[in-house]
Amino acid sequence: MSYQLNLRIWRGNATAGDMVDYPVTVEEGEVVLDAVHRVQATLAGDLAVRWNCKAGKCGSCSAEINGRPRLMCMARLSRLPRDAVTLTPLRTFPVIRDLVCDVSFNYRKAQQVPSFTPPTDLAPGEYRMRQADVERSQEFRKCIECWLCQDVCHVIRDHEDNKNAFAGPRFFIRHAELDMHPLDTLDRRTQLREEHGIGLCNITRCCTEVCPADIHITDNAIIPMKERVVDRRYDPLRRLFPNWRHKPQPDGGQP
Amino acid sequence: MANAPAAPNNARQTGTGTSGRAPITARTLRTDAWWAYPASTFTVLLAFVLYSTYAALANRDYYADPYLSPFYSPCLSTNCGAVPGSAGAPHLGWFGNWWIVTPAVLILIFPLGFRLTCYYYRKAYYRSFWLSPPACAVPEPRHRYTGETRFPLILQNIHRYFFYAAVAFNLILTWDAVIAFDFDGHIGIGVGSVVLVINAVLLWMYTLSCHACRHVVGGRINNFSRHPVRYRLWTWVSRINPIHGRLAWASLVWVALTDLYVRLDAAGVLHDPRFV
Repeated sequence: MSYQLNLRIWRGNATAGDMVDYPVTVEEGEVVLDAVHRVQATLAGDLAVRWNCKAGKCGSCSAEINGRPRLMCMARLSRLPRDAVTLTPLRTFPVIRDLVCDVSFNYRKAQQVPSFTPPTDLAPGEYRMRQADVERSQEFRKCIECWLCQDVCHVIRDHEDNKNAFAGPRFFIRHAELDMHPLDTLDRRTQLREEHGIGLCNITRCCTEVCPADIHITDNAIIPMKERVVDRRYDPLRRLFPNWRHKPQPDGGQP
Repeated sequence: MANAPAAPNNARQTGTGTSGRAPITARTLRTDAWWAYPASTFTVLLAFVLYSTYAALANRDYYADPYLSPFYSPCLSTNCGAVPGSAGAPHLGWFGNWWIVTPAVLILIFPLGFRLTCYYYRKAYYRSFWLSPPACAVPEPRHRYTGETRFPLILQNIHRYFFYAAVAFNLILTWDAVIAFDFDGHIGIGVGSVVLVINAVLLWMYTLSCHACRHVVGGRINNFSRHPVRYRLWTWVSRINPIHGRLAWASLVWVALTDLYVRLDAAGVLHDPRFV
């Protein structure tokens, strides 16, 4: 069954913009991205919008729907008000045009995270791990890099000046994924604290709330990494005694 | 069709108004009841703070044989039992007669510190008291933010020490629950016995589901297969960790209700019904 929806889309660029109302006919079962495509096809051919898979797997169509960061392709219209829906670009990153943002901040941060560093005496193909050892990290591999967690994080959303000193939730799970890996030999805790600002996170869990991949970012990545930073930096008992637990083992793994 | 004009650029230099971002004047476009969580959290936490402050400072009506209020356990001063509504209260006597103010202040710092630095409560009070932020994608009122990198919030990092203390307190409160079945040398069951048992169970569940506990028992190791016992412990804690927030609320409300029950019983307002 179809009905008329007033889709309010922010149109503009970095210097000026307006909310523009588009009355569009939508069908039961459609998602916001369907309505946007209909607007683009019938009412505003020059509307700039980034999208790709329409299946919640590519992370391209991130936007703010009624003020909440979401993927347009995963936001069912049946779960939104029937009269009007507001659509804006991500409000943490510079806008390019209409719904398209410049998210290069995230790629610059990605470059700063050291990649997986296996023991030097192990060649690719010689890695042997048990499932129990890697399953914790596997959850973090579900990340589709939609940047919704980065967008909603108030540390940079409300404080532009923190962008230099803060990597954001997506890169905390990247650090966690690597630090918890049994064959990774780098101690990432110092970088995490000093360069990527995990101490700025105050655990308000918005990143977890918006994650379309249902990654438990706060409970399974940020808090465990905060506790590992405490091990190294703030726990007097663990500072008094040698930190032997984090030294690589003779066979290349960590305890 | 255009409406909601953009603000001039020179007025937009912070937060979502930072130059370069989409110039949208509305601070938030959320239309749902985003204020409900911070408002309800503020109300419940404030009610608990007011009640617990009253209960701690009252220094009376905390023991009704065999029930001891969790706010006064363990009683460290020999003055325990010398105030109205505390006759017969067991005490350790570490602080002698010279300690004349309420003995509750000697011990409450530990459970209070555990909850104050708890990873769940941080979300609760950062959102509801500090408005930092009040809700997701709703801007916070302050222009400057340093998170937990400076004093006093850097002290959140000692949460694990409060966890250790909480375990000790749970052992004591468990013992209080056990002796709540001892009615003058005879085993019995009263409503207060059940209340104290539920209190101890909820506090254990809340404490053991804690993120610091999860880290200490096994979260800090990377090779679970080499530490099967710690892996098993970590798995158990991980199973209840997702309901840590609910346990936090349940144990908080119940510990206050437990004190209230003992208080009313000790003051003679109600008579403890006995099942056995």
